[in-house]
Amino acid sequence: MSEIKIKIDGREVTAKKGEYVLEVARREGFEIPTLCHNEQVSQEGRCRLCVVEVRWKEGGHSRVVTSCLYPVDEGLIVETGSEKVMLVRRMVLELLLARNPEAEKVKELAQEYGITQSRFGADTEFGKCILCGLCVRACREVVGVEALGFYMRGVLKKVGPAFAEPSSVCIGCGACAFVCPTGHIILEEKGAVRKIWGRSFEMEKCAKCGRYFAPKYQLEWISSKTGVPYQQLAICTDCK
Amino acid sequence: MKRLSSLAELEKLRKKIVSKQKREKITIVTSVGTCGLARGAGEVADAIVKELKRNNLQNEVSLRTTGCHGFCEIEPIVVIYPEGILYQKVQAEDVKEIIFETVLKKKILEKFLYTDPLTGEKIAYEKEIPFYKKQYRLLLNNNHLIDPYKIEDYIALGGYSALGKALFKMKPEEIIDWVKRSGLRGRGGGGFPTGRKWESTRRAEGSLKYIICNGDEGDPGAFMDRSIMEGEPHSVLEGMIIGAYAISFGRAQAQGYIYVRHEYPLAVKNLTQAITQAKEYGFLGENILGSGFSFDIKINRGGGAFVCGESSALMRSLEGKAGEPRAKYVHATDKGLWDQPTNLNNVETWACVPEIINRGPEWFASIGTEGSKGTKVFSLVGKVNNTGLVEVPMGTKLREIVFDIGGGIRGGKKFKAIQTGGPSGGVIPEQLIDLPVDFDALTEVGSMMGSGGLIVMDENDCMVDVAQYFVKFLEEESCGKCVPCREGLRRMREIFERITSAKGTEQDLVLLEELGEAMKLGSLCGLGQTAPNPVLSTLKYFREEYEAHIREKKCPAGVCIELISYSIDPKKCTGCMLCAKNCPTGAAQGEKKKPHKIDKKLCIKCGICYDVCKFDAVKRG
Repeated sequence: MSEIKIKIDGREVTAKKGEYVLEVARREGFEIPTLCHNEQVSQEGRCRLCVVEVRWKEGGHSRVVTSCLYPVDEGLIVETGSEKVMLVRRMVLELLLARNPEAEKVKELAQEYGITQSRFGADTEFGKCILCGLCVRACREVVGVEALGFYMRGVLKKVGPAFAEPSSVCIGCGACAFVCPTGHIILEEKGAVRKIWGRSFEMEKCAKCGRYFAPKYQLEWISSKTGVPYQQLAICTDCK
Repeated sequence: MKRLSSLAELEKLRKKIVSKQKREKITIVTSVGTCGLARGAGEVADAIVKELKRNNLQNEVSLRTTGCHGFCEIEPIVVIYPEGILYQKVQAEDVKEIIFETVLKKKILEKFLYTDPLTGEKIAYEKEIPFYKKQYRLLLNNNHLIDPYKIEDYIALGGYSALGKALFKMKPEEIIDWVKRSGLRGRGGGGFPTGRKWESTRRAEGSLKYIICNGDEGDPGAFMDRSIMEGEPHSVLEGMIIGAYAISFGRAQAQGYIYVRHEYPLAVKNLTQAITQAKEYGFLGENILGSGFSFDIKINRGGGAFVCGESSALMRSLEGKAGEPRAKYVHATDKGLWDQPTNLNNVETWACVPEIINRGPEWFASIGTEGSKGTKVFSLVGKVNNTGLVEVPMGTKLREIVFDIGGGIRGGKKFKAIQTGGPSGGVIPEQLIDLPVDFDALTEVGSMMGSGGLIVMDENDCMVDVAQYFVKFLEEESCGKCVPCREGLRRMREIFERITSAKGTEQDLVLLEELGEAMKLGSLCGLGQTAPNPVLSTLKYFREEYEAHIREKKCPAGVCIELISYSIDPKKCTGCMLCAKNCPTGAAQGEKKKPHKIDKKLCIKCGICYDVCKFDAVKRG
């Protein structure tokens, strides 16, 4: 990929064609907050926190864009903390703080941006879910299962298994809970049983150390996908 | 029916149809678009058929049922040609008299004539009616001449001649150059130069290119695309086929889609029929007119989500996924539907194309303003006398549209504002009524062209209430993908609920403005980015109205129910008891011939007493 030069907050940096502003900026040490970004999955631009201001000419017409989706190109000029950028980020955080007052991650970020209290009334019905969709993408793109999705629309939008019922395709891997930035998704484990999204999974013991380490259903699923015999999979990562 | 396999065959067919049409002397036209049908045009058409048969007139007089003529206010209409006598608000039981008196005896029946609301004059001929006379109709011009179920009607008027010209006399690049030079910009709201979009799609790498027509017209009160799809569906098809040829021929295969909202069943029906007929004649399908170019069009129905009118959400919906927009930093012209190069234009944009090819880019560019060429169809609704479809050159002043064509404000009330561009357009105040309507002028004043909705408001409309209405509409229609739009609209609605229920504070106005700016800058798609327009524009031009709601807890226009109360002026009240008789809750009370009173505890503020009082004794404040 060909090398190009772009300017971030006045400093010239090198990037490759095909890269996005966010990855280049982070590599170069610029701080841009995100809530719905994860390098392991595709980007969707839901949270709008990673906005930056871009222009093609000094003093020229500018646009506020999401850096996770904006491709770099020769001569691009990026501002990561302009007045417009800060207006959007602060408002997004203030809106999320009202929606998810219990979400520590949101509180922390809001505080960093000087917001301790939201001017909007606190919600109680959304839990810690900010609808970033990372769980949906992890399930679909990394696990390859598609047990999760969005349902309803607009302000009523929710995330979960189809029809908000325990999913028959979920393998109980817990990737969704792992990527969730706010800890909204709860994975409960008690001995031989793991509970997630309203479904219980029977756990397998590690053949070597004997601790419960993965749902049997998940191991069966992996075995069927990869052809690796189940017994070979029934050993935990520490003992492998 | 034989597929046409050359340009010569098309011209021969055209001549044959035209010569046959000349034999029919008298034609009765009635418009059976969705609006006409709703008011009984279907029954009128049936009655005409029956009456012609009864009088044995089938051979001398023909009936043509057409799409909408655009003058909704006076539907159902019957026009008798060759004279062009127009009768308004005709019902089935009137048909007998009309056939007997006007068709047979050539006598004009006064009672069915249209009365000009400004002069009070009765007008007999269609072409004399100011609503039509002052328009410049390029796209709607043929609606009264075409039965949308008869491709022959379209062919007789020169239909598909532009396609013939494009396929046999022009190179794809030349067509794109013409469209660029014509200055045509997208009619769906964005106003992007059409020719440039076509060029990008042609240049994009890919062996299959998608050509989409956006017929998901969702703005409240907008119906121009519907009328074109219903009335002259072939003009849309012809535009798309020409576009597909220009974009794909020699470089890739092309496939077309028309995305129509499910709530437009007649448009779907007429388009489906038009596609079938176009295929039969060889305008669609394999080897079109023997040119070697192949192209087909499928119809997809939208499920009713407003956001699916947004191009990237529309494409997701076409793919069978939830209609969520995506960032457009990589354009659809490179990666659109199923990640293939995709060219999407609005119904009206496609319908402009055959005209440009037939009459040349310079002709089209001679109409309109510096930055906005051609005509634009607006749907004029609200508190105006003549509601309907108005097609005028770009740059026509709002005043001309509202007063000259629209016939002024209903009931002699005072004009207050006009909302342009659908739910996320801005509200333009009276002092800007001389604004020329084009893409750039509207954006400059904080509104937009949008798809061309014009909602006229008078002194009885509360601007806070209007902004609240649009915020609520958009809140319901937000897809919920991004935070500023989903959460922002909900919070805006909450603020409006406070302001209209006497709980608003000055800080609420500051917050509305800040939130509005952040949504404009930070939202993912056009819906969220333009959603604050009605709020910010009313705050800019009608701030004092917001302040009255907050400081004085009053709604000056008398709309916001929690801020008004009704009382009776004892000096004016004659004790006629009309208010007491009509009051649904018994709040208006009193004895005969003695001043009445309103019991505020019982009053639900419905305003019936105010409306029925003949002595101006009921006060709203």
